[in-house]
Amino acid sequence: MNIFVDSAAPLLSALGTTVMMAVIAGVAALVLGTVVTAARISPIPVLRGIAFAYVQFFVNVPLLVLLILAVFALPDAGLLLPLTPTAIIVLALYEAAYVAEAIRSGVNTVGSGQIEASRALGFTLVQTLRLVVVPQALRAAVQPIGNVMIALTMNTALAAAVGVVELTAEANKLNLVEAQPILIFTVAGLIYMALALVIGLSAGRIEKRVAIKR
Amino acid sequence: MSASPSEHTPSLYDEPGPRTRRAIRLWSIVAVVVVVAVVVAAGVQFGSHGQLDADRWSPFLTAGIWQYLLVGLWGTVQAAALVAVLGGAFGLLLALGRLSRNRVLHGISTAYIEIARTIPVLLLIYLMLFGLPQLGLNFPLLWKLVIPLTIANAAAFAEIIRAGILGLPAGQTEAAVSLGLSRGQAMRLVVLPQALRFVTPSLVTQLVSLVKDTSLGYIVAFTELLYRGQVLAAYNHFLIPTFVVVTLIYLVFNGALSTLASRLRRRPGKRSLAEPTTSIPVVGVPVTDTKEPHHL
Repeated sequence: MNIFVDSAAPLLSALGTTVMMAVIAGVAALVLGTVVTAARISPIPVLRGIAFAYVQFFVNVPLLVLLILAVFALPDAGLLLPLTPTAIIVLALYEAAYVAEAIRSGVNTVGSGQIEASRALGFTLVQTLRLVVVPQALRAAVQPIGNVMIALTMNTALAAAVGVVELTAEANKLNLVEAQPILIFTVAGLIYMALALVIGLSAGRIEKRVAIKR
Repeated sequence: MSASPSEHTPSLYDEPGPRTRRAIRLWSIVAVVVVVAVVVAAGVQFGSHGQLDADRWSPFLTAGIWQYLLVGLWGTVQAAALVAVLGGAFGLLLALGRLSRNRVLHGISTAYIEIARTIPVLLLIYLMLFGLPQLGLNFPLLWKLVIPLTIANAAAFAEIIRAGILGLPAGQTEAAVSLGLSRGQAMRLVVLPQALRFVTPSLVTQLVSLVKDTSLGYIVAFTELLYRGQVLAAYNHFLIPTFVVVTLIYLVFNGALSTLASRLRRRPGKRSLAEPTTSIPVVGVPVTDTKEPHHL
């Protein structure tokens, strides 16, 4: 285990990068995903179309292709940001599509009878959303969003492929020096599992706390 | 991630009246203006750096480059097909294991499924690239990509199949067992055929995610679409055109699969879950059902 003690500092800083990327991209994806869902269920056909195209694009194109496009190709067009922020932006844009799908699956769990009932009671669109749909949809979406956040954390590892020094990249670097791949990658895997466990447990906690007691 | 982008959402609003229609028209115009502005800004930015010059894009009208990239796409298809078959079979076993009454089988399958989805595939690939050769195991390039992806996707397939099995009414198994079938026969002849049809859309959606995962062939230098794109870009130095074309190929290929998934979701096939064709027998009235008898 000595190798982990000797290189604790770079490993911890790499873990910090992974967590930072996951947190920033996660929050941004949540916000953007909510906006996309709002556009998706809005009465304005153009917005619905844009949101649909957005989700379709990011659900069908590999994250690695987008990372490479943003990091290596876009500087040719004068669009150059520092490496880690670029990776975070791409990650947030990509996962926002999945967040949008998770929230929309929550919206779909609200029975159409409830929506028809609130319309029959004369609720406006905003009232229907605020009082009937959103409170139930968000509760139903907690677990799916938790799963998206776990996937997002796993996907931060892809940033290693474009040169961001996060946990996977640091583990790889350490392995090049120490040549103990099985030990090093197993420990890195355990750290990712711990991160996923934290997200999963928090999602379960939140779901229980917001559950409606019937 | 099994949701498909074109499911039906219940209507949240009534037919718009004249005032709402005016508001919708206004906001539509605003949205269109914003989109056009973004596209124009991007065009100006790209154009001012010479990225829109015809000589950068015209090579992509030649057959040679397409042939080169399509060989990559063929590699993608091969890897994806292998992962789908192996991961699907392995996933089916895991799903049955997780549902089995045998505690050991249940424990192992559950642990595998929960662990596999919390380890980045890239880490598995690194382990494959650097770890196994140390143990004297050196696989061909294709398998260095396929094995880690199978390990990861089997867990996803298992959860989809398990959801399908659990989604089937318990009466199906009970009826099969009461007809004298063993538990295994009931699973094989009654439950699985229905459960698998039931989850076909989700399986196709997982196929899309798996095709995306094969882009990791870029890391192991396996000849798939992204790797070919990378080699091509290193050769012609047209990074933006090359990767944009690669992105579009993925978009068309996976978009077709996604469309298939959402079509299956909206209009299940004729042979999916059968609607009950007989009426519920009423006590005291003899059952006089003249329709075709059911075959198991």
